[in-house]
Amino acid sequence: MYKQGKYIIAEKRAIARGVFDLTVDCPEIAALAEPGQFAQVAADGFFLRRPISICDIDKQNGTIRLVFEVRGKGTEKLSDLQKGGLIDIIAPLGHGFTVLDGKKAVCVGGGIGTPPMLGIAKKYGGNAEVISGFRTAGIAILQEDFAAAGCKTTLCTDDGTAGVHGFVTSPLEERLKTDKPDIVYACGPMPMLKGIANLCKQYGVQCEVSLEQRMACGVGACLVCVCRTVKNGEQLLSHVCKDGPVFDGEEVDFS
Amino acid sequence: MSERLKVNVCGVEFKNPVIPASGTYGYGREYESLYPLSKLGGISVKGTTLNPRQGNQGPRVAETPAGMLNSVGLQNGGVRKFLDYELPNLLTKDIRVIANIAGATVDECAELAALIDPSAVDMVELNISCPNVKQGGAAFGTDCNVAAAVTAAVKKELPHKPLMVKLSPNVTSITDIAKAVEAAGADALSLINTLLGMRIDIRTRRPILKNNVGGLSGPAVFPVAVRMVWQVANAVKVPIVGMGGIATWEDAVEMMLAGAFAVQVGAAIFADPYAPVKIVDGLEKYCADNGIANISEIVGTVAPW
Repeated sequence: MYKQGKYIIAEKRAIARGVFDLTVDCPEIAALAEPGQFAQVAADGFFLRRPISICDIDKQNGTIRLVFEVRGKGTEKLSDLQKGGLIDIIAPLGHGFTVLDGKKAVCVGGGIGTPPMLGIAKKYGGNAEVISGFRTAGIAILQEDFAAAGCKTTLCTDDGTAGVHGFVTSPLEERLKTDKPDIVYACGPMPMLKGIANLCKQYGVQCEVSLEQRMACGVGACLVCVCRTVKNGEQLLSHVCKDGPVFDGEEVDFS
Repeated sequence: MSERLKVNVCGVEFKNPVIPASGTYGYGREYESLYPLSKLGGISVKGTTLNPRQGNQGPRVAETPAGMLNSVGLQNGGVRKFLDYELPNLLTKDIRVIANIAGATVDECAELAALIDPSAVDMVELNISCPNVKQGGAAFGTDCNVAAAVTAAVKKELPHKPLMVKLSPNVTSITDIAKAVEAAGADALSLINTLLGMRIDIRTRRPILKNNVGGLSGPAVFPVAVRMVWQVANAVKVPIVGMGGIATWEDAVEMMLAGAFAVQVGAAIFADPYAPVKIVDGLEKYCADNGIANISEIVGTVAPW
């Protein structure tokens, strides 16, 4: 179940260089949305919509947050959207994360893969640790949001300008060794997801990864957004928009 | 729904002339969150093959100015899944069902036709124009003799269903192909399929599509489609279903003026999933505003200079 419409942008903030945080007033979408789902956002002058993960859902106030990075001309156009203006979205789309009630979770975000971790981390509050990695301290985002949700935060930077110097996989492995969570959620670059899925398999922890791919329809009709998966030993070309974007880590063929 | 939009394509009556194009609308399930399928005249289902197909590796899509390239490669669950799972659902939706079929060989196309003929579909659309498969597809649709042979073989297996043949624009003379297919027994023609195109990532120096090339669709191809529909309409007697870049009701009117009895809407749905419904509503108003009793009155009425 999803909706399409033009909704008012209630808030717009630039939260890092080239990274924007839109709060959209869309009660009918907020009511349906679950962490891990995404929105197809129209960019004026561009034929295809841009898939953007839903960062946070406020069902009470009827809003969702869309945090995106300017990657190309389409997302650059989206960054021109202003508070009080309208945004044309189709949402919520795809399968979100599986929530394990009363359990412990680790949420791992890499760069602009970090935003979808907020919604799921909030489901766990103090039972969640959020490990997020960025190239450098200046582009580390959402740390206060995770802390405000009561989550433990571990920040990593590739260049060592803040937090742990290095990739997210080191603190994740440490955590898997010392205090095994019930589930690990991850979103970010494919090599990072591969490393996380492998670690989780090694330590016997359930893992869900959120993938991205170039899309057109976003609802499972056009079949362009393929990713390689394996189910019951069979190699499949699945669709990120409908079968995902969240997949079981063991089902994704990272080879 | 008034009588104004009722159209007849080779004996099949559609309540309105708007049909989502094959490959852009799945089997109709994906858009039911937004509106009932019964709003539309018909649906041309995802291209169906004899056996399930996984299609091409990704990326399968690249944006272009006013359109997109795709290289899906006929990913589908096969004809058995269509007949046993998708068709029964579609038959409850008050919408004309067009089975779009594609085969790697003439025999495979004929076998598909034979399996579908006894079913409850309203019409069969033979795809001889897919640019994204290595066998069959456009290889059938770019040679008059081969196009005629596959049309005749399929027609023979379809004693109970009208056959519409979907033509490729990637040919020197689409009217020659159209005439050959008509002579071989096609009851209707649909055109155009996508135009073969390519995009390259200038940073990686790699094609964006893993298949290197793909089919161009969207508003970018609309004038080419109008021109081809007009040329073919002047060359054959069988009805034409026009498609290629239609995004608005004005586009649909233009396509019908060029000679299309009905229209298919494809890529526009990705930009606006309500596009087909808006086109239906726009055509209704166009008829009312212009005193047109039935939309079919305008078909082919362009007065060329």
